[in-house]
Amino acid sequence: MADLRVNVAGVKFQNPLIAASGTFGFGEEYSEFYPLSKLGGISCKGITPKKRDGNPPPRIAETPSGILNAVGLQNPGVDYFIKEELPRLSKQGTVIIANVAGNTYEDYCEMAEKLSNSEVDMIELNISCPNVKAGGVQFGTSCESVAAITKAVRPYCKKPLIVKLSPNVTDIASIAKSAESEGADAVSLINTITGMRIDINTRRPIIKNNTGGLSGAAIFPVAVRMVWQVANAVKIPIIGMGGISTWKDAVEMLIAGATALQIGTVLFSDPYAPIKINDGINAFLEKNGIKSVSELTGSIRIWE
Amino acid sequence: MKYDTALCRLVEKKEIAKGFFDFRVQNTDLMNNALPGQFVHILVPGKTLRRPISICDVENGCMRLVFEIRGEGTDILSQMKVGDDLDILGPLGTGFKIEKGKKYAFVGGGIGTPPLLYAAKQADTAIAVLGFRSSDAIILKEDFEKACSKVYLTTDDGSAGHHGFVTDPLSEIIGEVDEVCACGPTPMLKAIALIAQKNAKPCQISMEERMGCGVGACLVCACKTKINNVEGYSHVCKAGPVFRAEEVVF
Ligand SMILES: Cc1cc2nc3c(=O)[nH]c(=O)nc-3n(C[C@H](O)[C@H](O)[C@H](O)COP(=O)(O)OP(=O)(O)OC[C@H]3O[C@@H](n4cnc5c(N)ncnc54)[C@H](O)[C@@H]3O)c2cc1C
Ligand SMILES: Cc1cc2nc3c(=O)[nH]c(=O)nc-3n(C[C@H](O)[C@H](O)[C@H](O)COP(=O)(O)O)c2cc1C
Ligand code: FES
Repeated sequence: MADLRVNVAGVKFQNPLIAASGTFGFGEEYSEFYPLSKLGGISCKGITPKKRDGNPPPRIAETPSGILNAVGLQNPGVDYFIKEELPRLSKQGTVIIANVAGNTYEDYCEMAEKLSNSEVDMIELNISCPNVKAGGVQFGTSCESVAAITKAVRPYCKKPLIVKLSPNVTDIASIAKSAESEGADAVSLINTITGMRIDINTRRPIIKNNTGGLSGAAIFPVAVRMVWQVANAVKIPIIGMGGISTWKDAVEMLIAGATALQIGTVLFSDPYAPIKINDGINAFLEKNGIKSVSELTGSIRIWE
Repeated sequence: MKYDTALCRLVEKKEIAKGFFDFRVQNTDLMNNALPGQFVHILVPGKTLRRPISICDVENGCMRLVFEIRGEGTDILSQMKVGDDLDILGPLGTGFKIEKGKKYAFVGGGIGTPPLLYAAKQADTAIAVLGFRSSDAIILKEDFEKACSKVYLTTDDGSAGHHGFVTDPLSEIIGEVDEVCACGPTPMLKAIALIAQKNAKPCQISMEERMGCGVGACLVCACKTKINNVEGYSHVCKAGPVFRAEEVVF
């Protein structure tokens, strides 16, 4: 058995596979399939200061090799999360990441402060959700706003801070640098790419929100490119995600520069995907005589 | 365990009306415990999302799935051959509650009829009201005749049975039954819920929404509900697909 453990900003993961925010809820439903301790970690459903109902349906559409979603951050609110979900989650023997989204600086700071006094292991700032009207993605699309939100939250956040980046930008490397310069301990990328599908008979967008976020295998090459660009620009660790569906994709993303990985959409086709991907990574490492998965991180041999 | 994925062998396949398929797949122990109104989430080769299909019946270690070709996914499914394995996740969701000693009306429209069959078989007394577009889209009539004391048939174009909608026979017989269970297009469910309400009969309805995970984690399958006076979105894959009619906000 190769060493699958990874370390992100001082937090130890027993393997690099983390369930992506919004696709795994608070873990309960997937614990029917396997003990959650099989996962490196869980990035929980995005939470906001108060309960949110989310967008009207339909919230999902299928696309070639992917999906569009516009859930609109339906969640029970940060207090409920800490009181009702976290006690169970923190006993599962896996790293728990709280994913937070807000409309204002105060929203983010308030949640960071509350979660700093809780059992969560890390906090992931979702400044890249494309499916809510105010806030969300607007914080994530310019270097200045990313720097400002990271700077504002940093003093309130006593846990390792991950900033989750939006791919809906022209220069993701400089955005990542802005987060790093204001004290982010890690970055995670990519969130979904804004997309749209229209029913040709009714001429109506399939998703009630009109646009949605594209995820799944379709976005994988974009994610690999962005992880590679960010790896060249920052020293903090990268959690890579976006369309990872097989162990080969996972290995590719690590080689591009990721230290750990999140997987989301593939769970909808195969709830056992994280287990299979870990097994595949292990077999690859053993076959190639590589002792530790972290040796893959950033090992790309770029054409000069 | 409540649900899991399994490879289930397709053992029998029939086209029961043009574009309507009747599959029998070999069950796992879990699927043998499926309750009426629950559904399974089927992986379609080449597609990212599984397709939700209701459990039409469970008998002799097999599960029966009846579906209509509606798009690419159901088209690919319809081309599966006897002997192929289907990757099935289930049984999922909250189904119909069928109580001993009660007399039920099962009201189905088109492809909404399959989940009612398994429910009707579990009821002590069952009457079925089945509505279809036309005579060539009638499915499961004989099965309902076996499971029910009476079957009323309607077609939109009058090519078989009563010319009209399921609400016509339902309005006539509602006085005779204790409870209504319905599945079909939303406008039909809305009309049925109204009739049940006017006659002070409890009513359970099975809702449809586009799904992702199928197990209650991703929150995409939202249906507007009002439960204990709180309006919000419930999730069709876990809290549903069957809801009490008064809980659904149409
Ligand atoms: C709980 C439940 C039980 C169902 N039971 C049956 C059944 O027993 N028999 C049957 O024929 N049909 C049933 N349906 C409807 C069936 O799921 C859709 O017809 C099917 O998903 C269409 O897939 P497609 O690829 O052919 O169509 P496409 O339009 O190409 O599908 C595109 C996407 O939209 C989704 N979608 C499209 N229409 C529906 C719909 N009406 N409901 C949910 N998702 C939809 C698909 O799953 C897919 O993700 C059920 C739906 C639900 C929610
Ligand atoms: C249904 C759904 C809900 C999501 N909700 C969130 C969320 O609440 N917060 C967040 O940061 N990302 C959310 N995401 C984005 C994912 O975490 C991930 O960044 C994206 O889906 C790309 O990875 P994938 O292709 O493996 O799914 C969501 C994605 C999906 C499909
Ligand atoms: S389909 Fe994921 S919550 Fe219902």
